[in-house]
Amino acid sequence: MSKNSKAKKNSSTTWQYSNALESVDHISISPIYNLYIGGKFVKPLTKKYFNSINPANEKKLAEIALAGKSDVNKAVLAARSAYDNVWCRMDSAERGKYIYRIARLIQEKSRELAIIESLDGGKPIRESRDIDIPLAAAHFFYYAGWADKLDYVFPGRKTSSIGVAGQIIPWNFPLLMAAWKIAPALASGNTVVLKPAESTPLTALKLAEIIQESDLPPGVVNIITGDGTTGELLVNNTKVDKIAFTGSTEVGKIIIKSLAGSKKKYSLELGGKAANIICEDASIDQAVEGIINSIFFNQGHVCCAGSRLYVQESISNQIISKLKNRMDHLILGDPLDKNTDIGAINSNAQLKKIKMYLDLGKNEGGIIYQSKHSIPKKGYWCAPTLFTDISQSHRIVQEEIFGPVLAIQTFRTIDEVIAKANNTPYGLSGGVWTDKGSKIFQISKEIRAGVIWANTFNIFDPTSPFGGYKESGIGREGGLEGISPYVNFINRT
Amino acid sequence: MIYNTTIDQVGCSERVKRIFSRSIKKESKMWALKKILSMLDLTTLEGSDSPGKVKQLCYKAAHLHDKHPGLPRVAAICVYPNMVSIAQESLKGTNIKTASVATGFPSGMTNLRAKLDEVKYAVNEGAEEVDMVISRGHFLSGELNYVSDEIAKVKEACGNAKLKVILETGELCTLDNVRKASDLAMDSGADFIKTSTGKITESATPIVVLTMLEAIRDNYHLTGKKIGMKPAGGISKSKLAIQYLVMVRETLGNDWLTPDLFRFGASSLANDVLMQIIKQGQGNYQSSNYFSLD
Repeated sequence: MSKNSKAKKNSSTTWQYSNALESVDHISISPIYNLYIGGKFVKPLTKKYFNSINPANEKKLAEIALAGKSDVNKAVLAARSAYDNVWCRMDSAERGKYIYRIARLIQEKSRELAIIESLDGGKPIRESRDIDIPLAAAHFFYYAGWADKLDYVFPGRKTSSIGVAGQIIPWNFPLLMAAWKIAPALASGNTVVLKPAESTPLTALKLAEIIQESDLPPGVVNIITGDGTTGELLVNNTKVDKIAFTGSTEVGKIIIKSLAGSKKKYSLELGGKAANIICEDASIDQAVEGIINSIFFNQGHVCCAGSRLYVQESISNQIISKLKNRMDHLILGDPLDKNTDIGAINSNAQLKKIKMYLDLGKNEGGIIYQSKHSIPKKGYWCAPTLFTDISQSHRIVQEEIFGPVLAIQTFRTIDEVIAKANNTPYGLSGGVWTDKGSKIFQISKEIRAGVIWANTFNIFDPTSPFGGYKESGIGREGGLEGISPYVNFINRT
Repeated sequence: MIYNTTIDQVGCSERVKRIFSRSIKKESKMWALKKILSMLDLTTLEGSDSPGKVKQLCYKAAHLHDKHPGLPRVAAICVYPNMVSIAQESLKGTNIKTASVATGFPSGMTNLRAKLDEVKYAVNEGAEEVDMVISRGHFLSGELNYVSDEIAKVKEACGNAKLKVILETGELCTLDNVRKASDLAMDSGADFIKTSTGKITESATPIVVLTMLEAIRDNYHLTGKKIGMKPAGGISKSKLAIQYLVMVRETLGNDWLTPDLFRFGASSLANDVLMQIIKQGQGNYQSSNYFSLD
């Protein structure tokens, strides 16, 4: 069934949804974006720019400044000075007001932010509109509320701010990750230098405009764009007091090595290979929907995606056939169409990585099923995919693919599935589906992961801490626990 | 048979929300609106129904809006058994079906013989479709065999008439029960399963309709039999009706988007759909005075 616009014909017996494209008339993207340092947009001293493109059609959206060593220094100095002279001296209730203002401005501009998020990153407008942007605003609101109540966050303990936080965020939830990083840092009295991902810098730069509009004192938040080198310069800058990083485990390890011996604090949110466990007494159709949400949400570019599915053997045939049927009903195409379920893969590099794993899975003997979608000619796309006939020893079961690829295994006993679920270096999230409350408690207690969802998946809330066990990271973001990476504890005398 | 499929209400509501967020515009909206008209069971089930009122409704069924040619006719007229012959007479020459409620509608609180007699009477009068109610009391007290036998006997009494089994989901308390009653009705001979009588406060709700559609899908995969679905009561706006078509398409596929397998039990829905169709053509809404009340 072709999904391109010309073939969307209705006959007396078949019904196709017409295009329902979100209008882009009211949004503004500058042709060129500079670095946001000290409250102003300034040209990079490197004089270099790189392109940000729309992964759905490979067209250029804007030119983005590339920050080099002097630019990073400048941004860190601006943050340092704002911290020493303004932000850490400011009354905490006043700090809270600024954060509330940023939250409100995000809400006001939510439509524009959602569209730009989908243009720049390829994710369906339904997700950016209903999940990314509202959650980003919610994080600012939530932490704004804590700004003047820090003395009550950790009962019996006094805290102080740290200083300058260097923050590096990934490309899968660009604005949301910026919110996760900036909001708690500001609320606890720190200043920030944030580096968005190379392939998705636009909403962070829009956030810089919002921050400028909010009259936040210059230098409290600085946003510098660039590639991996820029991030490395930020990590190694001696005037930074704390590093917060979300991204791959591979880079996380490099960061920890380079921070060893320094006084910098760090928090890391890294990769995952979550087990999603379907017991035979689960509500079948709701579980199937949960599997869809767990692995195909945001094209599988989700660190907590339920990429390892374990189905109890008595229902495995039923689940797999329903899953294939449901996959075929997903709508793949233009991220700006309100009916799109599966958007574009974020970048060419990521698509290559996913394809490498698809080949690997097939070569290792896995049985592949891909949904019956026609793929647009331009842009980066991958049809929803599942693998069966695989085991714990297959690399597609062991390694994080970060794409719409599900690895399915069956199990017989609960003990067996718990052992297999924990048989991974990762420990970010997990899911369990059953009608029995006791089983939920048993499984969720024994799985070593930061978040376990029961009879649902990929549900986020600013009040709920998020983070990993093992190689999935250090520290928590969200909730009260999300404040501790941004404070020092003072010993009472 | 063992009926033990469980339904998670939270998950079910989330799926409904997702389905209802589909944006249906332009040609696809027009297609849906016309399809909805062709799926209507125009219904009048009042103690005060008169031959005159039934005749009016039948005329409307065949002449929804004569100023706008090309509109489909509704699927059926649904009346009480003693109005069947009048409806039959008025609908001659159209291909609109006559449906009759029976089996002690709406409560079903009478004995089996009386129920079967009523079904035979309706069929003899010319009913081509029979809408029966299940015995909710027996169902809720766990006498599934009783309910199953009753449906099977009514099916036998129907002869060639199609049997729609009303579950009256508003009285079944849980989605698990809705699922169980759906499976039971399909195994016992239902051609259609139907949500409600329209005679109690809670009628067709989206989570109930989704649960029943999923039961039909599982039954199809198991037996290869295509069972129809009829949500009834509480559907008066086009938008909601379109959302139900989306639900059918994404649960059962395009095959079910036909009056042979999907019906709406509604009366005021027709005028709202007509108003939307004319708005799609003209660009503005007409006053409700332009749409006949019958």
